[in-house]
Amino acid sequence: MLLALLALHAIAGLAALSGARRLGRWALVLGGLAPAVTITWAASRAGAVLDGDVITEQVSWVPGLDLSLDLRLDAFSLLMIVLVSGIGTLVFAYAWSYFGRAEKVGRVAGLLTLFAGAMLGVVLADNLLLLYVCWELTSVTSYLLIGIDDDEPEARAAALHALLVTSLGGLAMLGGFVLLGQAGGTYRISALVADPPSGTLVGVALVLVLVGAFTKSAQYPFHSWLPGAMVAPTPISAYLHSAAMVKAGVYLVALLAPAFATTGVWRPLVVGVGLTTMIAGGLRALRPFDLKQLLAFGTISQLGFLMVLLGIGLPEATAAGCTLLLAHGLFKAPLFMVVGIVDHEAHTRDLRTLPRLGTGWTTVRVAAFLSAASMAAIPPLAGFLAKEKAYDAFVGGSDGERLVLAGIVAGSVLTVAYSLRLAAAFWRPDAVAPADGPRPVLDHGPSPTFVAPALLLAGLSLLLGLFPALWSSLVDQAAAALDPEAGASLKLWHGINTALVLSGLTLALGTGLFAARGAVARAQARLAPTVTGADVYDAVVRRVLHLAALVTSVVQSGSLPIYAAVILGTAAVVPAVGLLSGAWWPGWPTLVTRAADLPIAALLVIAALAAAMAARRFVAALFLGVAGYAMTLFFVVQGAPDLALTQFAVETLSVVVFLLVLRRLPDRFERHRAPAVGVVPRLAVSAAVGVFVVAMAIAASGARTEPPVSREMTERALPEGDGKNVVNVILVDFRGLDTLGEVTVLVAAGIGVAALARAGQRPDRRPDRRSEVT
Amino acid sequence: MSVLMAVTAGVLCATGTYLVLGRQLSRVIIGIAMLGHGVNVLLVLSGGDGGDPVLVGEDVTDFADPLPQALVLTAIVITFGVISFLLALAYRSWVVTADDEVEDDVEDRRIAREAEHLLDDRGDEGAER
Repeated sequence: MLLALLALHAIAGLAALSGARRLGRWALVLGGLAPAVTITWAASRAGAVLDGDVITEQVSWVPGLDLSLDLRLDAFSLLMIVLVSGIGTLVFAYAWSYFGRAEKVGRVAGLLTLFAGAMLGVVLADNLLLLYVCWELTSVTSYLLIGIDDDEPEARAAALHALLVTSLGGLAMLGGFVLLGQAGGTYRISALVADPPSGTLVGVALVLVLVGAFTKSAQYPFHSWLPGAMVAPTPISAYLHSAAMVKAGVYLVALLAPAFATTGVWRPLVVGVGLTTMIAGGLRALRPFDLKQLLAFGTISQLGFLMVLLGIGLPEATAAGCTLLLAHGLFKAPLFMVVGIVDHEAHTRDLRTLPRLGTGWTTVRVAAFLSAASMAAIPPLAGFLAKEKAYDAFVGGSDGERLVLAGIVAGSVLTVAYSLRLAAAFWRPDAVAPADGPRPVLDHGPSPTFVAPALLLAGLSLLLGLFPALWSSLVDQAAAALDPEAGASLKLWHGINTALVLSGLTLALGTGLFAARGAVARAQARLAPTVTGADVYDAVVRRVLHLAALVTSVVQSGSLPIYAAVILGTAAVVPAVGLLSGAWWPGWPTLVTRAADLPIAALLVIAALAAAMAARRFVAALFLGVAGYAMTLFFVVQGAPDLALTQFAVETLSVVVFLLVLRRLPDRFERHRAPAVGVVPRLAVSAAVGVFVVAMAIAASGARTEPPVSREMTERALPEGDGKNVVNVILVDFRGLDTLGEVTVLVAAGIGVAALARAGQRPDRRPDRRSEVT
Repeated sequence: MSVLMAVTAGVLCATGTYLVLGRQLSRVIIGIAMLGHGVNVLLVLSGGDGGDPVLVGEDVTDFADPLPQALVLTAIVITFGVISFLLALAYRSWVVTADDEVEDDVEDRRIAREAEHLLDDRGDEGAER
């Protein structure tokens, strides 16, 4: 069934994509069916899973490589499905009103469905490699979704930014997975967590995996892609960048933390990065006027919070993390939705130009205030329960844990401040940002169907806050699935304890920070770093492109002589390294073995040098002919009459062809531009090749250890080949296929020659080609 | 095998290389032919000092090695095919540009110019954001 659900997403997504034009907004219904079916099915199994049942499925994929589709549904996966499929279904409903009859709605629907399927795969996968595949599928679909307005350069750049950062992190993670799988002897996550391997290599593997998780969950210093991704239409932001994709990193960390938190640098790294992200993201969320940017940095901050809770590997914190995971999805998705509604109706989401919302906006305001209150952890909302649990987890701990607690409280104070800032936008925008002019009043509110999904989620935040028993067992069991010692037992009222005092303190300080917003803004403007993460990304990308251009301009000069020099030089120099050992040296052979060699060698050398130095084409070609005929003589004295005959015939033909072509070309070698290879390197490469050939000839003469194979060929030529001329028998019989290849090459060359020679002249080209060269 | 013929092969290959590194296509072609000759000498030498033509049935015992000869025969013919094709290219080059000079690749030069350009105004764009 798990596999069938994944397949359903794929089929529905592809169907919506292929029928995007005809289906229009109905593609959303088709696509939304997949997450709706998933959440319904999950709800029907919730009872059994919460009793401790684990649903597993395994389909063998590549048995030889031990690759299989391992799927596993436990209580923690169930919690994630509530986010992925539950909130997913509502996002589809919200998108129905948001996109209306927009042209791209079909494409969005298809891609959203495929994304939902990939994300479902991530939370169901019980195999590291399968998880990686689904993980990268979410990156790819998210790339397509962020860049859905593909005629906007800004959207394309943001999509690429997200893809580059998350997929590079994903590659690091893959490396970590492989190391982890090799060390543990299995790629099954449940088996690895049950029996965790250890060692230095595992420590390295975990750091690599964490890099992947940090990039995906937009942790500092990899966070800068998330604010950029806000160019996407709001339903996409609400789904990918609050509920689903950005939680993948947190999810993975949560899976591994109970088993690996004490291995290597895991705990200090995760807690350090998480706290930095929580506080830095919170500070940044106080600055932007764009409501989506505010939400984006708020999300980054909350993801840091989740990273700390779920990554620290302490049972209490894990339980708190599971609570916050759900609570965050419940308040962040509706916040994105209401901001999207304002943007959609008022065509702005900038605090400075935002209209005053009139009477038709009551439902939107209720949804916004409830969700913002849950984000600020105001009782009795779901976010308050989560924050209480988080404080409670660290209150009684060691000094180090108290330090973490201090960091969390600081981050939460900032959360309260930016939550109030967001809420003010729906109440009195003038309170947080001076208007550019008189603010218009927007009385006509959005349609009820548009608001319904956000209102439903906001209502859930309130309902779950008031009645913790509704979700206590889900969170409890999810935490227990990660760490058997963890248990949540949610309660609204624990009596007056340290956590409650801290909560009160947080609210008071946060409200104070918001009240002093003018001074805070001035201080931030003065102290804020001038270089943002996006600047760093831009600089890195620019440098990489620059480096690529530089490397290309060096290794790919585009000049044939340079390529030839590199190839021939390498061919001469690299084997020389082997020859330098001297083991091959058979000693100098006889100076001259045959008197007849002397004139032939002299002729060859003189002809070669003369051809190289000739200033006229004809002369050079004629000396080449001389060398060819000298070769004929050499073959004769060497006892190779066939070669001599062939060489003679070919040489004669060559000279004729040369003369036919050279007749057309200028008489002298004229130089139009500087030689690509200077004289000195040219002579050096030539000399290196010459020396190498001499060494090679002498080495080859001393290299024989066995009798030549040709002796057998000589014996078998007459009885088996029916030929007395052994060379001919070798060519047409023993190595007949070789000769067939040779004939093929000749035919191909002949066709080429005919085509080139008969091609017409382009009438528009005049011989003057210098104008186009410079 | 003699030092003399080894050095001859070396000289043929060296002059061939020298010619191949030039810009005029006709010189490159002559260089390739020269390289071909050098390699053929090398191949034949690897079969030993030679001897009588390998015609079985004749009353001789000191056969030359026939296998390198067969290889060289193939090489001669292939070299001829390559050279004819290159000559046709040279002819074509003359038809189009009235010369046979090998020009640099236009696209590669564009990239090289771009790299220089990037070197010149590095960092200017950062201020915009």
